[in-house]
Amino acid sequence: MKTCLIVDDSRIIRKVARRILEELDFEVAEAADGVEALTYCRSEMPDAILLDWIMPVMDGVTFLRQLRAETGGRQPKVIFCTAETEPQRIREALAAGADEYMMKPFDGDILESKLSETGLV
Amino acid sequence: MSNFASGHVEHLAAVLKAVSGFVLSPDKAYLIEPRLAPIARKFGMNSADAVLTKLRTAPTEELIWAVAEAMSVTETTFFRDRLPFQLFREEVAPALAARRPGGKLKVWCAGVATGQEAYSVAMIGLALPNVNLEILATDFSQRCLEKAAAGVYTQFEVQRGLPVRLLVDHFEKNDELWRANARLRQAINWRKVNLMGDFRGLGQFDVIFCRNVLPYFDGDTRKATLEKLAAVLAPDGFLFLGATETAMDSPAFRPTPGRRGLYARDPEFRQAA
Repeated sequence: MKTCLIVDDSRIIRKVARRILEELDFEVAEAADGVEALTYCRSEMPDAILLDWIMPVMDGVTFLRQLRAETGGRQPKVIFCTAETEPQRIREALAAGADEYMMKPFDGDILESKLSETGLV
Repeated sequence: MSNFASGHVEHLAAVLKAVSGFVLSPDKAYLIEPRLAPIARKFGMNSADAVLTKLRTAPTEELIWAVAEAMSVTETTFFRDRLPFQLFREEVAPALAARRPGGKLKVWCAGVATGQEAYSVAMIGLALPNVNLEILATDFSQRCLEKAAAGVYTQFEVQRGLPVRLLVDHFEKNDELWRANARLRQAINWRKVNLMGDFRGLGQFDVIFCRNVLPYFDGDTRKATLEKLAAVLAPDGFLFLGATETAMDSPAFRPTPGRRGLYARDPEFRQAA
């Protein structure tokens, strides 16, 4: 079973994403900010990370840059999941090492489409 | 159970079959009310039933087309089903282009609805070295063609099937909408073409995409349409059908083994004069 770490400070978003991911047969873990997410990844690298941008403590792009510098940190497929929709922001996320990018609001079809872009389903 | 006067639905079905080839099966009957209510408003009538009455008793060309367009299926996505586009990018386009002067390939996207398929093909063409695509995109619906040619999509639409790198490379954001950039739009010629008519005047194509169109036709219309498509396809050309379709209705095409949805012209098939 593939694992996906959901990193988002909104419990509602985590709950919605978890339901969709579990239907797609993922084992799901949650983190509420970039620091919690890094701690999780240092103990166990997930196959996929669904990543919010704007979060307290550590934002998504900062987390992503640090993740990619960790041992094994290039392995997880990282999909941004954020309300940031400006093309410049999307390019910034891709340059930081994101594999895909999902603009909120999203639904199950969009998440599945993004997971299949990254070869995860 | 029908909310419409007796015989109205049967008459609508006959009109649609004649105009667009669309088969109004009983499981699609629920579409009539919501699709025709806006037509009623546009033509100053008070209900879908009134539209059907007018269609039977005093139809105008304008009303017939408005109804046929409203009843058509336009749901689609970028790179729908993925596999055919991968086959086109990795095998079909490079192999055919190598045999053509200047790598020039004529591609016809038939029944493009809101245009995502044509833009998908165009994005592949712009990224392939030594391949020069000339793309014709057609639909029977003027309304769809206008939306397709404008190239404007919602945030939901651009997130279905379109990898984000292609989105930022080929689209510009205007407010909450995304528009295909000028280079991508200029890669496609748009034209109103009804597959029910005679389209030999379009010339000869190297590749035809006719995906998720034929299932809405009945068996005889599918067969006739496949044979007309064969007549405008180069002898070494290819036809892409939708994921759930086959070309078994006609001897004009044969499947390519191991490549679902991809059909070649059958050299044994001779076009009736």
